[in-house]
Amino acid sequence: MSAAAHADVVTAAGVTVWLRAFAAEVATRRDELTALDAAIGDADHGVNMDRGMQAVAAKLAGPADGPAQDVPLGPLFKTAGMTLVSTVGGAAGPLYGTLFLEMGKAAADRTTLTAAEWAGVVSAGVAGVQMRGKAEPDDKTMVDALLPAAEALRAAAGSGASLAEALSAAADAAEAGMRATTPLVARKGRASYLGERSAGHQDPGATSSWLLLETAVRTLADPT
Amino acid sequence: MKKLINRPEDVVRDELAGIALAHAGRLVVHTDPHWIARADAPVAGKVALVSGGGSGHEPLHGGFVGPGMLDAACPGEVFTSPTPDQMLAATQAVDGGAGSLHIVKNYTGDVMNFEMAADLARDEGLSLEQVVIDDDVAVKDSLYTAGRRGVGATLLAEKICGAAAEEGRPLAGVAGLCRKVNETSRSMGVALTSCTTPMAGRPTFGLGDDEMEVGVGIHGEPGRERRPVTSAREVVETLAEAVVDDLPYRSGDGVLAFVNGMGGTPLMELYIVYGELHHFLEERGITIARTLVGSYVTSLDMAGCSITLLRLDDELTRLWDAPVDTPGLRWGA
Repeated sequence: MSAAAHADVVTAAGVTVWLRAFAAEVATRRDELTALDAAIGDADHGVNMDRGMQAVAAKLAGPADGPAQDVPLGPLFKTAGMTLVSTVGGAAGPLYGTLFLEMGKAAADRTTLTAAEWAGVVSAGVAGVQMRGKAEPDDKTMVDALLPAAEALRAAAGSGASLAEALSAAADAAEAGMRATTPLVARKGRASYLGERSAGHQDPGATSSWLLLETAVRTLADPT
Repeated sequence: MKKLINRPEDVVRDELAGIALAHAGRLVVHTDPHWIARADAPVAGKVALVSGGGSGHEPLHGGFVGPGMLDAACPGEVFTSPTPDQMLAATQAVDGGAGSLHIVKNYTGDVMNFEMAADLARDEGLSLEQVVIDDDVAVKDSLYTAGRRGVGATLLAEKICGAAAEEGRPLAGVAGLCRKVNETSRSMGVALTSCTTPMAGRPTFGLGDDEMEVGVGIHGEPGRERRPVTSAREVVETLAEAVVDDLPYRSGDGVLAFVNGMGGTPLMELYIVYGELHHFLEERGITIARTLVGSYVTSLDMAGCSITLLRLDDELTRLWDAPVDTPGLRWGA
């Protein structure tokens, strides 16, 4: 196992590197996300997420390797959440904004989080997304990637996995959830207007959520 | 893509700069965040009307800011809901001490952003109500969809509630009136072409030269069904029948008939549609008491139209006829 090479707690440095990596990934895949949205939505998901995450990356000023270890995580997530709320618009702004705002509330003034604590913080964020968007599993939304990821995090952390292993399990679950949105008929958001015609397309929100979890694997436990 | 723009990412900023210059003295355009207010806001003692939505639907909403209609409008990016900080700033600035009414089109993003704005505004001690407009009969209203979309009735609600607010009606009364307009309005649209957003640079959806999208939404989102293009008469029958049967509008009703262009359809065609609608309603004993024909709730360069009916009573008719003085709608002023 290579877990020993990783930090086994989430820190502000890890979160900063993670969010910057997600911003870079969204920028790279901007057109891909927008194309998925054009098929069943209004063709702006990549553009909006890119605008929001560039703003978040700009707000996370400081040295390239992130802030010092003793920075509380709550305010960091609150800054990310408020920035997304005020720059993204659409449904993705309130939803991703609420994800990070609720994660910030759960993390509060903690400066480090173990895998089990991280699972709790992510679960609080996902519950916030469900509260804001009122989506249930299989509605063909970002919840279909986020909810299995939170469950996988809790299960992995509960069985004593390292942070790196738990993050991997979460990303794998998010990917499976994202792929499983393809045959679904949308019941929330603009895609729901299409009814049966929304089947056969992967959900763009579930795709960006998978990207968020996937970038965590290579950054959050290993910020250098 | 051929558009009269500078850079795709600057269209909203550049548009607002143009609006500020074109309507200086009547409108004040704020940046960071973006919102448009009537020049004399806040009007003391009057309920403030605030609306907003994605850009690309002009003159909705910014073109309806002024005496007799909206106090402020919050433009989002193209086809993207505005953000809560915009609605908060606008509401704080135009509140004249009698509270504010937010008029929200039923789209997932708009509803969520306005809900977050309401939470923030109430935290600031502001008094406000929100009414969600959902008049589009093309969408099945069920637990399994985001519900009906807000389209043409939005303009009617903004005009009628604006007149009621000018008369000094209190917040609960203006909000109740807004719900009444929504409950007695129905709409449906058809697209002959897609639209092209500046950032995408390509048509949002593909539509053959001989096809039309029946039940289209105002962002080019597909509707009920795709079928071959037919005559104006047949198109009106399809739209008007769905609209009339849904409320339903009955023989003896007097209505406001609103034929709306989607942005890329000439007024000539809208009047042909209006003529067909007139005959259609006449045959069913429904009297058109007021009319509005033109492109008011648009979808960029989309070709097509929508039909909205509002069942009128004396109160609604009087408020519709009241003076309005905005860039997009102006009479009696």
